[in-house]
Amino acid sequence: MKKWNITTPLDEKTIEKLKAGDQVLITGTIYSARDAAHKRMAEALDKGEVLPFDIRNQIIYYMGPAPARPGWAIGSSGLTTSGRMDSYAPRLMAEGLKGMIGKGNRNQSVKDAMKKYRAVYFAAIGGAGALIARSIKKGEVIAYEDLGAEAIRVLQVENFPATVINDVDGGDLYEQGREKYGASALS
Amino acid sequence: MRTIETKEIVAAVSRLSQEANFFLPEDVLDSLRQACIAEISPIGRQTLNQIIENAILAKEEQIAICQDCGTAVIYLEVGQDVHITGGDLYAAVNEGVRQGYANGYLRKSMVGQPFSARINTQDNTPAIIHTDIVPGDRLKIIVMPKGGGSENMSRLFMLTPSDGRKGIFDAVIRAVDEAGSNPCPPVIVGVGIGGTAEKAMEIANKALLRSVGAPNPDAEVNALEKELLTRINALGIGPQGFGGKITALAVHIETFPAHIAGMPLAVNLQCHVARHKEIVL
Repeated sequence: MKKWNITTPLDEKTIEKLKAGDQVLITGTIYSARDAAHKRMAEALDKGEVLPFDIRNQIIYYMGPAPARPGWAIGSSGLTTSGRMDSYAPRLMAEGLKGMIGKGNRNQSVKDAMKKYRAVYFAAIGGAGALIARSIKKGEVIAYEDLGAEAIRVLQVENFPATVINDVDGGDLYEQGREKYGASALS
Repeated sequence: MRTIETKEIVAAVSRLSQEANFFLPEDVLDSLRQACIAEISPIGRQTLNQIIENAILAKEEQIAICQDCGTAVIYLEVGQDVHITGGDLYAAVNEGVRQGYANGYLRKSMVGQPFSARINTQDNTPAIIHTDIVPGDRLKIIVMPKGGGSENMSRLFMLTPSDGRKGIFDAVIRAVDEAGSNPCPPVIVGVGIGGTAEKAMEIANKALLRSVGAPNPDAEVNALEKELLTRINALGIGPQGFGGKITALAVHIETFPAHIAGMPLAVNLQCHVARHKEIVL
């Protein structure tokens, strides 16, 4: 397990070196989108329209923030469960998406797409929304404003802490963790 | 007969909604600190430390512990000698939620029609309100913001009498195992056994209001709680699913008599942000 400082947009060299269990600090621009925004992006692609931002080599953060208190760039900003985005994620990877941040297992078609399109799945700490907000320096709605917390935001992040769950070679920290600390391993 | 004005109820619900979202209960923090000592996985310990740090930051800055400020689940225990004046009780509760979520910079997470339009109601109403009529002339209000990620992992198993103890273990462990990292472990496992389908769900949720790890007063039920906790923490899921021995902080079981044909079992997983605040008016 290694520690890396990485920047966005993600390049091929960075993506290939990240392994399940590695810890990263992300600096640069990331985009937040969750359930309703994914549905709209899929509908846009269905109609042959372009996505509301250039998704190539970017990271999507599955998150809908709380409103910002005065003096804060954004409110509490923790992640949501990724599985609900599984039906949309392979399509976005086909469009060039290279990273996703959320929590929870991905289904097999997402894992297969990660290998095929060379993309990485990260988790941050669910429920630590106040702490995560400190690494977000700026947040601005760029699409689907009517969705409120679910609108797409562009976020400027500095040293945003995350852990690699699924890497491009099929490594899976959730599985590795159970293997290492489950009863059968410890008995 | 004692009179309580609805405007007192509005103010109380507003304040409790905010406090619940800013201030993690001390018993939860203590439990997380103990978990940090017991955890053997380095990444698990690091995760627990960050969870604690987050709770302290939220308290100091009075910002939401978690961006998911929850469905406002509200328990009312209304003394039968209380007379509520100045309007509709449930309207007052919803107005309190509206004000609390607006003034506290809390996320509004409720959508109206649930299966197609899904348009946000913009004020986190309606609250889910449970009302019990109890002896006395007081009104107890408990505000329990319930996050969507852990709520989605709730399960109902319509077990039958022959399923017995083994059926209980299999069902609860299956629920936690399949939930994996989704409900933001370490979790508190609320279990309701008995009653009807809806009664089991109700008591499973109510079990989460107990102080973390406080035993069920019935020794047989408590033995079940302890054994379940041991077996859940042998799954290896760990904090946030990164691997470790602290998958659950506690198992809280509540029971209710059941029909001769049935043994409903409900599981409600509570994330580590186990928020609830209460007041007695």
